[in-house]
Amino acid sequence: MAQLTFREAVAAGIAQEMERDPLVYFIGEDVAAAGGVFKATVGLLERFGPERVRDTPISEQAIVGAAMGAAMTGLRPIVEIMFSDFLATCWDMVANQVAKTRYMTGGQVSLPLVIRTANGGGTRFGAQHSQSLENWAMAVPGLKVLAPSTPADAKGLLAAAIRDPDPVLFFEQKSLYGTAGEVPDGEHLEPLGTAVIRRPGRDCTIVALAAMVPKALTAADRLSGLDIDAGVVDVRSLVPLDTRTILGEVRKTGRLFTVEENPRLCGWGAEIASIAADECFDDLDGPIVRITTPHVPLPAADVLEDAAMPSVDRIVNTVKGAMR
Amino acid sequence: MSTRTTTPSGIDRSTRLRLYRLMVELRDFEQRAYELFLENLVRGTSHLALGQEAIAAAFGVAMREDDYTFCTYRGHGHTLARGASMAGAMAELLGRANGMMHGKGGSMHLTDVTHGAMGSYAIVGAHLPIAAGAAWSAQVRRSGQVSVCFFGDGTTNIGTFHEALNLAVVWRLPIVFVCENNQYMEYTPIRSVTAVEHPAADRASAYGLEPILVDGNDADVMYDTAVKAIGQARTGKGPSLVEALTYRHGGHSRADPARYRPEAEVREWLGRDPVQRYRERLLAAGIDEGALAPIDSEAQAKVDQATEEARQGPPAALEEIEAQVWADGGSTWRN
Repeated sequence: MAQLTFREAVAAGIAQEMERDPLVYFIGEDVAAAGGVFKATVGLLERFGPERVRDTPISEQAIVGAAMGAAMTGLRPIVEIMFSDFLATCWDMVANQVAKTRYMTGGQVSLPLVIRTANGGGTRFGAQHSQSLENWAMAVPGLKVLAPSTPADAKGLLAAAIRDPDPVLFFEQKSLYGTAGEVPDGEHLEPLGTAVIRRPGRDCTIVALAAMVPKALTAADRLSGLDIDAGVVDVRSLVPLDTRTILGEVRKTGRLFTVEENPRLCGWGAEIASIAADECFDDLDGPIVRITTPHVPLPAADVLEDAAMPSVDRIVNTVKGAMR
Repeated sequence: MSTRTTTPSGIDRSTRLRLYRLMVELRDFEQRAYELFLENLVRGTSHLALGQEAIAAAFGVAMREDDYTFCTYRGHGHTLARGASMAGAMAELLGRANGMMHGKGGSMHLTDVTHGAMGSYAIVGAHLPIAAGAAWSAQVRRSGQVSVCFFGDGTTNIGTFHEALNLAVVWRLPIVFVCENNQYMEYTPIRSVTAVEHPAADRASAYGLEPILVDGNDADVMYDTAVKAIGQARTGKGPSLVEALTYRHGGHSRADPARYRPEAEVREWLGRDPVQRYRERLLAAGIDEGALAPIDSEAQAKVDQATEEARQGPPAALEEIEAQVWADGGSTWRN
C-alpha cells in the first residue's frame, strides 16, 4: 500500500493500463507536456512517449470524435475533457455518436473508450467551470458513468474503465484531487457496477457520490454523537448501478437520504429514490430525503458556493430533522 | 493480344467499366428506394443521391478493401460502393429483420463494418472528427489504411469541419475529406449563406492544403482525383480536401419537390447527368453497346433481387429493442 493523492492515483491508473496494453492511447488539451491543468497526468508523456500521450488543440469535438473513430478501429483511447462543463461543446459526439453507434449498427461497432473529466465545485471558478454533470451522462443510454471518491477507486475504477469494452464517462471531482489515501500496489482494478458500504449503519442510510462521500462520512460521525447510527454507501458507479447493495442497506435501516452535488432536478438521487420507493416501500419508515445543491447555476464567491453545495452541517441537520 | 483502352489520364477499360457498373447500380438502387417510398414501404425518411453517383463510385473503385468510408445520411451509395449487401441495405430501409442493422439504424445510418463502411452519420459534420480518428488509428497501427470522409456543402460552415481539418493536418493523418457540393444545404443555396464562393476549396488554404475543385459529375475526373488523394494519404503525405461539384436530381429528402431551385438550373444539371454522360463517353471511346447493355440489365436484376429479398424479410424482431446497447449484447444498467 502506498499513500497517493487522488491526482497521482489517476495517473497511476492510466499508467497501469498503458503499460499492459499497447493499444491504449491518451490525448487531450495540455495533458502531455504540461501533465494536465490539474496535474493528474504528470509523467505519462515521459514514460510512454509523444505518440501515445499527445496534446491536442482546443477542439473538444475533434478530441472525442477522434477517440471514437480510433475506438471503432482497434485502439483503446482515453481522452481528457479539461472541465466537465466543456462536455457541452462536444455533447453531440458524446450523446449522439459515441453512445448510440453500437446500438444503431446492430452491434457492428465496439467503442472501448474513456472520457475523463474534472467535475464539480468547491474551487470558486464560477458556473462554467464548476458544474456537477454526472446526471447528464446518466440520462443517455449507451454510456457507463463512474465517479470515484477515494484515490484507490480513482486508480482501480479508471483502470477497469479503460479495460471495459464500452464507452465510459469518468468524473474526477476537482475538490478531491488533493486528497490522499492508501492505494494498493501493483495491478489494481475495481469492478464497474459496484457500490461500496463505507460505513454500516442501523438507523438510516446516506447514499453519496464522489466528493459528497467524505462529507457524508464526517456527518455520520457527528450524527453518532446525537444517537443516530447513520450508514454511508458510496455509489461510485451510476451506470451500471448497484441497486442490490443500496437497497440492501435501505431495507436494513428503513430510511434513505441521498447527498448530491448536482443541481436538484433529475439528479441521480431522484432515480435511486424512485427505485427505492418502487421496490422497498414497505421497508421504509419515513420519507426519502434528497440533499442537493439548489436548482441554480453554481455561484463563484466562496461564501455563496459553500452555502449552495451540500455541507456537513446541512447533511447533519437534515438527517437529524428528518429522523426526529 | 488485346489493346488496352485508356483515357488520357490512363484509366483502363476494365476500371471504366467498373465505374460505369457501380454508378448504374447506385442509380437503380436509389430509384427503387424512391418507388418503395411512394408505395409506403420505406417508412420514415430517406435522402437520395440521384445525380451524385460518380463521386461515391469513383472512390469506391479507387479504395483498398480495408480502407474506411465515413458518410452522411445521404449515404446509400457510399455504403454500397464498398461492396455492402444491396439486399441488406434495402431491407434496412424497409425496417426488416434482415436489414444490415436489423432495422435499428434505418436509411440514415447504413453501416457495414465488414466492408469498411464505418457508418452513415445524420448530424451534419459529426463524422469528420470520427473519420480523422480512424485515420489516426490506422497511422499509429501502421496499417496503411486510408480513411475517406464524404460530406455535403452545408458541413463546411459547422465547427467540426474546421476542428477535424486542423487536427488531420497537424497530425498528418491518412485521410481524404470529400465535400460533395450539390449547391443546396437543405432548401437554402450554400452560396447565399457562405463567406466564400467555393465552400470547401476556398477554405483549404486556411489549413495549408491545396485547393482541389473538381467536376463531381465526371467519373473519370473523380477517379483520378480519388487515386491521387488516396495515394498521398497512404504514403504518409497527409490529408486532402476535395470539393466535387454536383447536383441532386431530387429534393433534400423523401417528398421534397425542390421547388426552390430555378428550372433552368435544374435543366442544365440534368444535362450533366453523370451516368448518362459516362455512358456516352464510353461509347465514344469505342466501348460498344454490347458491353454496356448487359451491365444495365444486370444492375436492374441485382436491384430486383435485393428488393425481393428485402420484401420477403420478416419485420424487425422485438428483442432488438433491448439488444446491443453494450458489448455484452444487452442493455442492463442495474443489478
